[in-house]
Amino acid sequence: MNGKVIVITSGKGGVGKTTATANIGTALAMDGNKVVLIDADIGLRNLDVVMGLENRIVYDIVDVVEEACRLEQALIKDKRTKNLHLLPAAQTRDKNAVNPAQMRNLANELRKEFDYVLVDCPAGIEQGFKNAIAGADDAVIITTPEVSAVRDADRIIGLLEVEGLKEPRVVVNRIRMEMVRRGDMMDLEDMIEILAIGLLGVVPEDEDIVVSTNRGEPVVLDPESRAGMAFHNIAQRIQGKDVPLLNLEKEKLMDRVKRIIGLS
Amino acid sequence: MNIIKKLSFKENSSKNVAKERLQFILIHDRIKLSPRELAEMKKDIISVVSKYVDVDENELEMSLQRTESNMALQANIPIRSRRN
Repeated sequence: MNGKVIVITSGKGGVGKTTATANIGTALAMDGNKVVLIDADIGLRNLDVVMGLENRIVYDIVDVVEEACRLEQALIKDKRTKNLHLLPAAQTRDKNAVNPAQMRNLANELRKEFDYVLVDCPAGIEQGFKNAIAGADDAVIITTPEVSAVRDADRIIGLLEVEGLKEPRVVVNRIRMEMVRRGDMMDLEDMIEILAIGLLGVVPEDEDIVVSTNRGEPVVLDPESRAGMAFHNIAQRIQGKDVPLLNLEKEKLMDRVKRIIGLS
Repeated sequence: MNIIKKLSFKENSSKNVAKERLQFILIHDRIKLSPRELAEMKKDIISVVSKYVDVDENELEMSLQRTESNMALQANIPIRSRRN
């Protein structure tokens, strides 16, 4: 097998990298792919929590690179989705515990066994970022429709290019259509024009994300969730399928109808 | 009335403010020059140009603009008179 290694990055923190990694990974596994998620945010481990796997951690990524355990021993099987695995970050170490060469080796080991290796990148542009992107074939940039997040995304695009990741695609996360309609939030066209890169998907702001994170269950498992649907579409596009963008306006109306007739 | 209201609203809508600010910020980010270096460049340009013409330093305007695919440094240098 020669799987694809994709890094999920953003520059700015708090835009939804970890949530996106968990959901895109789960959706890819639900589509029948063998998937492993690497939490590269060493010292600020969180992907396990979003996945609801925090109680199953025995070994972590640093144990693997320091050869304190075998790679298979550190991989945690997801409890709900078949073919989905997690390699957790170390919580008590710092970003220098893994170097880019070790990360590249790790990615190359994992791509032999898995269709998709998703790397959850830490915020920032320092060593943690450099480690996380070291073994990647492709990059997905998560941003939100805010000046600071888009500025950081632009910086990241430049840094990725230097590292040979020349065609990253962007996911616009947490868009609020009612604000876009009012003219109080940048829309997709604005953001694509400014960043001048390909669009991988758009995810609406959705309370379901908060609920699903509370529970440790990725929102793609909820067939009713609009954000979940958006992440499913993103996973489809990663697999090379041509899926139209989620019609956020229409969905909104559907939701309203559902609410009125008492379905949700 | 409604249309006029809507149009004027669009002009000042906060998303357009965000977009304009962002475009300005990114032009400066992408050129990878610190504000200090930009100021030095401005000084150097003035000194070179003023070797040949009398430049009104206080009126000099320099800005970075984005064209379709490139960035351009635009300098507007008012000239007082030609030196003899």
